[in-house]
Parts: sequence; structure tokens; C-alpha cells
Amino acid sequence: MKVVIIKYNAGNIYSVYCALKRVGVDAIITDDKEIIKSADKVIFPGVGEAASTMKYLKEHGLDVLIKGLKQPVLGICIGMQLMCRHSEEGNVDCLGIFDAEVKRFVPECHEHKVPHMGWNSLFEIDNSVFNCNINNKFVYFVHSYYIPLCSNTVGKCDYIQPFSAILKKDNFYATQFHIEKSGSIGEEILRGFLNL
Amino acid sequence: MLAKRIIPCLDVKDGMVVKGVNFVNFRNAGDPVELGKQYSEQGADELVFLDITASYEGRKTFTDVVKRVAENINIPFTVGGGITELSDVERLLNAGADKVSLNSLALKNPQIIDDIAKNFGAQVCVVAIDANYENDMWRCYVNGGHVPTDKDLFSWAKEAESRGAGEILFTSMSHDGMKIGFPNDALRTLSETLNIPVIASGGAGSMKDFKDAFELGKVDAALAASVFHFGEIKIPELKAYLAENNICVRL
Repeated sequence: MKVVIIKYNAGNIYSVYCALKRVGVDAIITDDKEIIKSADKVIFPGVGEAASTMKYLKEHGLDVLIKGLKQPVLGICIGMQLMCRHSEEGNVDCLGIFDAEVKRFVPECHEHKVPHMGWNSLFEIDNSVFNCNINNKFVYFVHSYYIPLCSNTVGKCDYIQPFSAILKKDNFYATQFHIEKSGSIGEEILRGFLNL
Repeated sequence: MLAKRIIPCLDVKDGMVVKGVNFVNFRNAGDPVELGKQYSEQGADELVFLDITASYEGRKTFTDVVKRVAENINIPFTVGGGITELSDVERLLNAGADKVSLNSLALKNPQIIDDIAKNFGAQVCVVAIDANYENDMWRCYVNGGHVPTDKDLFSWAKEAESRGAGEILFTSMSHDGMKIGFPNDALRTLSETLNIPVIASGGAGSMKDFKDAFELGKVDAALAASVFHFGEIKIPELKAYLAENNICVRL
């Protein structure tokens, strides 16, 4: 199986590469359009800021390419947020795959620290999406912006308010949490995606 | 609900863990990667690796350790020690670390916090503070607790936050290694002063000490070394105990 990790100006790509290696896949990290298009599975990961990463994608023609992909595509964290319609972070129009607006967490009390960082539990998960039971499981989040519940939500998490932990639309999948840092649960999800 | 985190800390010198670590039937006792893996499998939520090597050669060895940790361990980890400039941070993050921890460097050159936050994001930057309670103030120390400064814990933590620190890791010098519990009053003030997570470090001797740090100290995470290394407290038992006491932990 040919798995490609899209290379762009975001951090944490090496961690995703390592996570794939742990589940037995030697992924290719590239921004080469032909290689990306020919992959069986595409992963769009990252840690970064929406406006600057979006600008980079556009300059490199990766925005049009990602939207047009037909194989299973998995966005992680900022990758997920960039797949939405618009982000409040840098007030930028994104890829528009998911019909959702990325918003900043607004604390309602002192305990609501931003970023939302650490292990939080999933609920109302559609377990058929990755073909594994991850309801009520803890996964690792680090983010200051979130995607409200929307028609593409197939898994939720609660911080300040319920938000989208997992999105799915056609061949596009995305998680707000870091699959690559979410212990054995993360690896189960990754295997589930690779087996799609 | 967001879980309270339990974080074992490993001191690494010349690529090997120092201070004996005492897992039953465990052979590679000195290998940071194997130990980190053990902790991860026992339910640790994050790991901290502190490089206590002084030499340049040792730092290169530590970069290799960080790389191997990233390859083999599936939970987040923080690295610290030996960071003297922004390029060190970049080197460690490129090797796969999720966060870096700064101590003396941040106090001596606070601008580094701004630089890290701007270049890599606030979540990457953990500011560790060693402080001692003396003459009615929590005085911050540098150089491993050897050199006093004129900074006070709370004002320095606030400054670090405003410069872009993602978390504060506070060690009370009079509690560290004493197994008398965490300084919960100071932790509570710190947690209530700051809008970023606070990690309690040093002082744990019993499972109740952890519970108190979460309930009384209001901290987001608790870090310890020897009580875990010597098997005095086992992470699965600790987490079960905290859960029984209605503290949200990842089980």
C-alpha cells in the first residue's frame, strides 16, 4: 500500500511518519502532486497556524489538489481545520471540503484554559467510520480553535461545549485529536483508516 | 472531560537513564526508550526526558535518544536540559519532541519564550521554575537550584505566560525529594493566577499526595520521578485510586 503524507509548512509531520511506521507502513513524505495523486491513502497532518499554512498550500497548488483527491484522505488537527470552509485563525478561507466554520475557544470560567491540551474522551462516535470501537476512549488534543458540531460530525468531544472530534464526508476523514500521539487507541484508528 | 495527567520524569546522562529505575523483571533498566515505553504501557499520560549531560557530545547523544523515543513511543513527550538557544529547540522538535522545557535559560533570557511561541506555537514551550520559600516569598533559582534570583514565583510565572509559555512546571526546592507532598497552597495560587496549565513537580511520596495536588492545588498535571522509578507508586494503581476519588484520569 502506498501511503503519502503531504509535506507543507506545518510541524509534527515526523511524528505522523513514526506512527505509521509503528503500524507497519513506510509512508512517503512529499509535496509532489503526481505522487500524492497516485497514493492509495493520503494523510494531511500538522501543527501550525491556519492563515500561513493555507497561504503555503495555495502558493504550491496543493489546495486544488487536495480537494480533488478521490482516495481516502485523513486530516489531522490543523489538517482537519484547513479542510473546513473558513477559519477564525487569521480570518482565512480554507479548502471548503467540510461545511463548517473553525472558531476560537472562548473560556467561560477560569478552569477553561486555552489551548485545550491533554487527554479528553470521545462520545457519540460512529464506530463504523474507522471500524473500531472508540466511544468513551481518551485521545490527545492540543488546539485553541475548534469545529462546532455540523452535518459532517461523526464523533464528538466536550470542552467548554461539545465540538467535532471526527468529521467525515465522502472520501474525506479528519480528526481534531492527534492520532499519532493517542497511544494504542490512536494506532487502532490509524489501522482502521489504512484498512478502508 | 479533560483528564488530569500523570507524568514520569527521566533524567538522561550520556544517553542512559540515571537514578536506578526498578522495574521487576526488566533488563534494559538504563535505556530511556525502553523505560519510556514501559511507562507509556502502564498508563503514563506524557513523559519528560531531561538531559543532564553537560558536554557537547552528550547533547548529540541526547538528540538520538529523542529520535528513538519519537519512533517508539505513542504518547506526547517533553524534553529539557542543555537548551541554550532557539536552534536547540528546533533540533529537538525536528527529532520528534512535542514540547521543550526551559528553566534557567528562560529566567536569564526571557525573550526566548517569545521566540519559541512565535516560531513553534505556545503549546511547545514549557517553562520550568525551581523556587524556594524564604522570607515570605517563593524565590526563583537558576542553575539547578544553586543560584538565587530576585524573581518571585508568581510574577515570573505570569510573565512567562504573557510571553507565550504553554505550561508552567513548578518544583518547590524544599519539597523536592522529601516525599512530603506537593506545596498545595502555592500550586493553588499559581493555578488561579494563570490561564495556562500548571504541572506540580517534586515532593510526592504517596498516592494521596497526587490527589491533594489535583484537589487542593488545582493543578492540571503532576510529575514525579523516584516514586515511579523505584516502584513505590505504580501508575495503574495510582490512576485507579484517583478515579475512585472522582478525579478524571485516562484509564
